[in-house]
Amino acid sequence: MSDQVYLLLRHREIPDLDRLEVYRQNEGFQGFEKALQMKPADVVQQVKDSGLRGRGGAGFPTGLKWSFLPNNLWPHYVVANADESEPGTFKDREILERNPLQFLEGLMIACYAVQANTGYIYLRGEFWQIAAWLDEKIAELEQAGLLGDRILGTDYSLRLYTHLGAGAYICGEETALLESLEGKLGQPRLRPPFPAVEGLYGKPTVINNVETLSNLPVILGKGNSFYRQYGTDRSPGTKIFCLSGRVNRPGNYELPLGRTFRELIYEHGGGILEDGKIKAIMSAGASSTLIVADEKALDTPMTYEMTDALGAPLGSASVIILDETVDMKWLVHKTVSFFRHESCGKCTPCREGTYWMNHITRRLNSGQPNPEDVELLVDVAREIQGKCLCALGEFSTMAVLSGIEKFRSDFNGS
Amino acid sequence: MANQVTLTIDDLTVTVPEGTLVVDAARKAGIDIPVFCYHPKMEPVGMCRMCLVQVGRPMVDRATGQPVLDADGQPKIQFSPKLETSCTIPVSEGMVIRTNTPEVLRAHRDIIEFLLTSHPLDCPICDKGGECPLQDLTRAYGPGQSRFLLDDKMRLAKHVPLGELIYLDRERCILCARCIRFQDEIVDEPVLSFYHRGRSMQIVTYSDPPFDSYFSGNTTDICPVGALTTADFRFAARPWELKNNASICTQCPVGCNTTLNTRREVKSGGKWVVKRVMPRQNELVNEIWICDKGRFGYHYAESGERILSPHVRKEQGLVPVSWDEALDLVEQRLRQAGAGTVTLAGGRLANEDLFNLAQVTDHLGGRKLLHTQVGGGEYVQRYGLGKGSNLGELGKGDAILVIASDLQEEAPVWWLRVKRAADRGAALMVLNPRPTRLDPYARFIHHYRYGEELEALGRLAAGEGELAEAAEALRSAENLVIFYGSEGLGLAETTALAREAAGLLAGSGRAGKVNSGLIGVWQQNNTLGAYDMGFRPEADLAGALSGSGLAWIAAADPAGDHPALEAALKQAGFLVVQDLFMTRTAQMADVVLPAQAFTEREGTFTSGERRVQRFYPAVAAPPGPLADFSIAARVGLRVGIELEGASAATVMLRIAASVPAYAGLDYALISEVSEQWPIIGREDRYYGGTGYDNHQGLGVQLQPDAVTDPDGEVSIAMAAPAPLQVPEGAVYLAPVTRLYDQGLTLKPSMKIVGQRMARREVWLNPETAARLGFGAASLVTLEGEGWTASGVEIRVDEQLPPDVLLAPRSVGIPATGPEAVRLRPLVTEPEA
Repeated sequence: MSDQVYLLLRHREIPDLDRLEVYRQNEGFQGFEKALQMKPADVVQQVKDSGLRGRGGAGFPTGLKWSFLPNNLWPHYVVANADESEPGTFKDREILERNPLQFLEGLMIACYAVQANTGYIYLRGEFWQIAAWLDEKIAELEQAGLLGDRILGTDYSLRLYTHLGAGAYICGEETALLESLEGKLGQPRLRPPFPAVEGLYGKPTVINNVETLSNLPVILGKGNSFYRQYGTDRSPGTKIFCLSGRVNRPGNYELPLGRTFRELIYEHGGGILEDGKIKAIMSAGASSTLIVADEKALDTPMTYEMTDALGAPLGSASVIILDETVDMKWLVHKTVSFFRHESCGKCTPCREGTYWMNHITRRLNSGQPNPEDVELLVDVAREIQGKCLCALGEFSTMAVLSGIEKFRSDFNGS
Repeated sequence: MANQVTLTIDDLTVTVPEGTLVVDAARKAGIDIPVFCYHPKMEPVGMCRMCLVQVGRPMVDRATGQPVLDADGQPKIQFSPKLETSCTIPVSEGMVIRTNTPEVLRAHRDIIEFLLTSHPLDCPICDKGGECPLQDLTRAYGPGQSRFLLDDKMRLAKHVPLGELIYLDRERCILCARCIRFQDEIVDEPVLSFYHRGRSMQIVTYSDPPFDSYFSGNTTDICPVGALTTADFRFAARPWELKNNASICTQCPVGCNTTLNTRREVKSGGKWVVKRVMPRQNELVNEIWICDKGRFGYHYAESGERILSPHVRKEQGLVPVSWDEALDLVEQRLRQAGAGTVTLAGGRLANEDLFNLAQVTDHLGGRKLLHTQVGGGEYVQRYGLGKGSNLGELGKGDAILVIASDLQEEAPVWWLRVKRAADRGAALMVLNPRPTRLDPYARFIHHYRYGEELEALGRLAAGEGELAEAAEALRSAENLVIFYGSEGLGLAETTALAREAAGLLAGSGRAGKVNSGLIGVWQQNNTLGAYDMGFRPEADLAGALSGSGLAWIAAADPAGDHPALEAALKQAGFLVVQDLFMTRTAQMADVVLPAQAFTEREGTFTSGERRVQRFYPAVAAPPGPLADFSIAARVGLRVGIELEGASAATVMLRIAASVPAYAGLDYALISEVSEQWPIIGREDRYYGGTGYDNHQGLGVQLQPDAVTDPDGEVSIAMAAPAPLQVPEGAVYLAPVTRLYDQGLTLKPSMKIVGQRMARREVWLNPETAARLGFGAASLVTLEGEGWTASGVEIRVDEQLPPDVLLAPRSVGIPATGPEAVRLRPLVTEPEA
């Protein structure tokens, strides 16, 4: 059994890590202090070289994302995406509740790297207690001279603010998040222009996930060679895997990228509930393509490049385990209901398509489907694909199409 | 001129300016790409996903930066893996667009199928049915059959009032946001919004009163379904029963081009009636928009109160008589009065009417007076916009000065055009005594004290103090347009203001230049035409009328306007009135001659931008009334002058022969059209909306006198206004214009816009009201010079400057200019 590696969930080893003095005694803010001594461009370069990829789902290289910000348009903003809404994802919450200072330090490093003097933390509405908690921490950092004007005697000034969403999944999509942050209805924007050029209030903006940002103190503090000893060449570092579903020990597991599903499920997760037989894996929450849990899949290393092998992305690593007790038409109904409920309504295919699919999945699970319902469901899902304004519409079809394709017998005779 | 880009759309090579969107490039090439949310006047949002096309771009070798060529030496085209929305993509060189591949057609079909899953398909009872983009595009692209079960359809509210003017049918709404974006982007009155999300999303209004905008009706034109309908046209007729008749709006001097939709119907006794007013595209005037006053204010023409026969005063009062009897009497009295005849015309009359009236009056040696509270037309004739001007072209580097005008209230579409010019970068300067809806777009705002408009303009001209920067912007501007209005002003004050403003223009060397000039914000639509036909305002109108041997009043109601004029008319030797209604003046008349409404005849109006535009007959005139020019011609014949009375077109030929500014004009020229952008067509309403394209004439803009006669001068025998002294215990009254006034031409539309009409009330700063001893909502009697008005409600507004009382025009407070008035509490009878 391989142990977990705690680069992000360090509070599991260090008690009271959420207290400033404890955090500082344990290398806290060394990464930020180092960054402040560097040129911002060098910080960007180091993060590029570290190979850190966005932990929110898309896996886009973080340093590269930062480098898109034009240097002739100011001010720049950094927004931490703490809208953690994907079903089966609960990693950011643990970081925010237990190791908030590492997250804040990461955000501060990101702000410095792109020379933003204002950073926002956009939290899902249910995180109101966490927001209050972060506000306290931010106040402490201001008192300690780590935030505010002319930080640690440098010319650099930074202020951080928390902002609560109002319970919409779509606001995790970065442009909808920006709309919401600006006080508007949370609906995605057209791209281009991308947020790196025209983001918050029309200014260049970096949006990074909480977990992504929490990696930065390690990268800056301990250097790239330390960081790159974990993970694979194309997916360096550790990742928090949110394990849930039909397993004995659901929870967050921080593992270097490149470990197998088998290790996660059977070593750390303690195997399937009631010694059941695993049937399928969703690696990216409700947005997942269903992976048939055969031997090949179980032995596939969990990395960003696994999409090539399995046809399914790692996403935010919300690994939901489904065993033989799970009927896929029930599962598909669950995911479609979710997306129907969360569709923002801006574009036609997602708004109307999820609503339509939901009617069909309800019929399929009612025991009184129409004979052509399965074919119709496939058709509607395909009609949605490739036509939506943002990725949410596409996501709504993932489980539907892969579920029917790979587990057709679950839909027969329904 | 922008760089040109060449691309291929369905094997057609198209060259368009850089920055053009693919959907528009296709449109220009005559290739239709279906859209719902896209509208050529608004920024694209890519929401409905209807306009998906295949987009190919030339492949570029990353290493060399050179295009990759295929075996034939042609650039290799890389098609993007997914279809793209053609409304969001600007053209690029060498691009290849495919709009009719099976994949694209399949996508169109899919989107239509999706939209119809939520749509009620109640076309048979829908007002939009017959001119509905969703209906049209469903026929063109849709699957023909739905696989969505009827029982699964959402049932939503179908009669949601977004205010009393516009209704929302939530079932029909396809959530394209055109209405929201129109209010936000075009009008900047973002009173509509989406609420909730997904299939629960709906259009709501957040303002109080709801849908608080003078442009709300336009949303019903650009709504691609029957979700938004007007209270006026809702369930009133089917589009295919309607005939369309080109017209010009008569509500203000902008001269919006309109189409009157008419229907012959049983419920109107088999008569043709106007069912609605629609915008008609004229990018030089109103683009494709009209204001709600123009849209809903046409009902006066069909009012049951119209005078239908000539009347002559006999022992028992005014009695209906034949035209011959009435005209016999008019002839007799005119011959007696001769040079003592005073003709008073209103600015509502058409050029042809005014010309014939002027000819008769001149023949008799009488005086031609214009009934107006805004003067200075002589300056506009000389320094008006240069021929070929278009407010739509003003932008960066240009300056617009608006002085003494609440432009949104006085002429909404001018407000819109000025605001849009400011959006494009024109330097807007607003000089007004109080904040208005134009201030948010102004680069320079100066709130002077009521009565100090000339000083304010002088300070601007001199570049003094806080106006130094504005003066510099004004000096350095490429083009300069000056609007002057009548905020708190009367005839003498506006005349003086026009003189100063004209001086500013002429002094800067911009006289007669294209896209520069002076615009008077008149209170009637054709005041400028009246000036052109030789009518002039008279400072001592009461004196002129009381001393007249015969007063001939056409389209004016002086007695209704002011008690002093009423008294003066009583002393006139004889009173002839021609009008639509039995006005207060008409009730005093010796002879009343019934006139036709603008919907019943043809003619031309000259807009404030000096554009001569034609209106056409839309409905048959009721038996009895005649066109004003016909009446004048008949009168003329009797007193010895032969005039054209049969057709307005021939009157225009006479005008062209005798009014220099109109030389060379004829109806054919005024009716000419040229291609306009965007292309709004009745065949494909999904693109621009249900507004009408223009086949009936863009009009002809007149050349200002400063160009045709550079050495000429303006001379006006009107004394400069004396500064108003406000005695102790009195307060400064400033008359102001409200869009929804209680005037003759709007009151018959009361049932539509009544709730928004100006009321019998005056507005004060709360401190001033307190100082005078009146609280909000108290009722008072106003005492002005020679008049009292009682039952006037006090309203307070913190934004108003102190020591001034704003009185809306038309509500029975007869002040014609600034005046010192006294307030008395309204005395009510003590309870028994």
